[in-house]
Amino acid sequence: MDITTLLISFVKIVAVVAYFYGLFWVMGIKGKKIRLGAKEIDISLLVNTLGVLAGYLVIQLALTPFGSFAVLTNFDRGLLFQACSMVMVALGLNLIYGFNGQFSLGQYGFYGIGAYTAADITFRWINGDSRGLIVVGIGTILGGVVILFIRKFLSGLRRMPVLSSFTLYLIGSLIAGVVAVFAGKFLAPFVNPLLGNALAPGVLNQTVPMYFVFFLAVIFAGIFAAEVSFLFGLPVLSLGSDYFGIATLGFTIVVYTLMVNSDTILPFPEMKGGRGMIGIPKLTTWFWAFFFMMLVIITMRNIIRSSTGRSIMSVREDEIAARSMGINVAETKLMSFVIGSLFAGIGGGVYAHYIGFLSPGAFDFLVGFNPLIIIVFGGLGSMTGTITASFGWIFFLEGTLREILGKISTEAPSWRYVLYPLTLLLLMLVRPQGLLGSVEWGFLKSKVIPLRKAKNTDEVKTA
Amino acid sequence: MNPSTPPSMQQGAPLLEVENLTKYFGGLRAVNDFNMTIYPGELVGLIGPNGAGKTTVFNQITGIYLPTKGSVKFNGVNLVGFEPHEITRAGIGRTFQNIRLFNNLSVLDNVRIAFHATSGYGLFDTIVSNGKFSQKENEIVEKSQDLLDVMKLSRFQNEIVKNLPYGEQRRVEIARAMACQPQLLLLDEPAAGMNPREILQLMDMIHFIRDNFHLTILLIEHQMRVVMGICERITVMDFGEVIARGNPKEIQGNPKVVEAYLGKGAANVA
Repeated sequence: MDITTLLISFVKIVAVVAYFYGLFWVMGIKGKKIRLGAKEIDISLLVNTLGVLAGYLVIQLALTPFGSFAVLTNFDRGLLFQACSMVMVALGLNLIYGFNGQFSLGQYGFYGIGAYTAADITFRWINGDSRGLIVVGIGTILGGVVILFIRKFLSGLRRMPVLSSFTLYLIGSLIAGVVAVFAGKFLAPFVNPLLGNALAPGVLNQTVPMYFVFFLAVIFAGIFAAEVSFLFGLPVLSLGSDYFGIATLGFTIVVYTLMVNSDTILPFPEMKGGRGMIGIPKLTTWFWAFFFMMLVIITMRNIIRSSTGRSIMSVREDEIAARSMGINVAETKLMSFVIGSLFAGIGGGVYAHYIGFLSPGAFDFLVGFNPLIIIVFGGLGSMTGTITASFGWIFFLEGTLREILGKISTEAPSWRYVLYPLTLLLLMLVRPQGLLGSVEWGFLKSKVIPLRKAKNTDEVKTA
Repeated sequence: MNPSTPPSMQQGAPLLEVENLTKYFGGLRAVNDFNMTIYPGELVGLIGPNGAGKTTVFNQITGIYLPTKGSVKFNGVNLVGFEPHEITRAGIGRTFQNIRLFNNLSVLDNVRIAFHATSGYGLFDTIVSNGKFSQKENEIVEKSQDLLDVMKLSRFQNEIVKNLPYGEQRRVEIARAMACQPQLLLLDEPAAGMNPREILQLMDMIHFIRDNFHLTILLIEHQMRVVMGICERITVMDFGEVIARGNPKEIQGNPKVVEAYLGKGAANVA
């Protein structure tokens, strides 16, 4: 066996993990001050921003080929993007399961919804059809407004049966969808001439507007996944945790079946059903993958360290106590489920535009266990652990093992599905709380409040 | 309510009015026609042998169980049918018989969670992490630390709560319930599992928070020393029914109460 290949791939895993620890350390720097004349200026925010920029540039540089040499090969580039989208999916699931305690197997369903939605928008766009963007855009925004409006209206009514409110939401969303379809039919003829066709790209099909469309597509895909999760979660989240897991597993299977039959029972011939959707523009660059990943990480971290985050964790710890502390448990569960699915949808959009080919097999419920394995491996309730595990898992399973086993024979890479469960088993025996437990690092760490001196006046006189 | 009103002066509108509260679990009658009125500033005890239905009364007041029959009026509003979190936000805080803390979180976080309903900032402020967020967050920390000081828990602030001794955990629960900013505090066996010294401290503490936070307190307790020592009025339950009411002296001499606790023979001897 080639020992250098082995060594190099292990070095890559260590390097990528070290990279994130460095990045989060720089982002977590606080209270850094410099003297400028007489004034002291807090430059920590500047340092943090520069750190993120440097983090982006380092990998960008490593990816840039100088002559025929690049530090990270095309193969590594693929791993990197795959890992970035996996971070988003896994962080979303960690919010649902690790922080809120709702055992969900539906994450890959939302991942798939996000991937197919975003891919459909850009695929139609480059082929001279703007309807995808218009319908999905108007549909998600209108749907969101309708849902928020109904929510406001219902908040005045107490003890409304879940199914009745669900029916209201469903009708509202359907109306929003119908309006969006008609708006698409009406507006598309005005936009389409600007797009040109595949042979002669129009004004809106040049690089810059294309990336803008890509950005919108990913965001809309995320919001769409979030809205679907809202409608699905509303009735289902009232089930207990185990039953909720089974219901979400069912959801993944439903999404998978719809994907397989997307050209027959759904009106999307371009998705080509079980044969897989080809010709998706490969728009994901390291910039976008990094951008969306950081967006998800920062949003998640801001939520977790806030009062909302604490209420999410309190539901995991003890539902009855949380209720008695004035926390609306049903709403908290729904919120974390929707935000988790939003992250998954965004991850799906990034994934679809990196790989350029979507097949339903990639969103099967069996591979749907991957994010679950990652968050358990990294530690439930640890963002750092999830990110480390996502990158480690992808680089180990798809990188190291594939490379090494590929050297033995062409069939040998299949053995990695024997080797990695064994690794998991070993970890669970040695460290059942996962790699990091609930420890966080640097930027992701919540601020530890220092003790303060007790005020003498408030002291209780004790016997 | 007027904070300067001396406790136990039963005047003005009642804070809590429980009328004909009844709860059946299947065919089992856990609470039958329970009535109770509490005025602002009082410290009332609810006692009775095991299985008398005291905790069931608590759970019905706080909305965890839906009463089969009867009403719970708080400040004149009937709370039956409200969700537990709505009842808490209306001003009833509680602790639990078997401690229910958020075990894997720190003491400070446990208390801070209870400020969620009154945090004063929304999801948007959270995500963009603006000035409002940090300002309100600092206020929450400040208020939580005040409560921890009162409960003498300051030095445990950053400890994981499950690592604390039992007596401290009880105090964290009281601090957490007070962080809900209640008008009425329900304490379910606060002295259970405490040693005599801790019980004395607890009694002082309950008096202190009642007087300084203008609270009204209803407590369930088994330790006669606690109930007789601090409660101004006592209601005694047995088999889901009220068997006696009155001040500690009256209750101690009541043959029905002695019978409920010690049996029929004992009552005759007394």
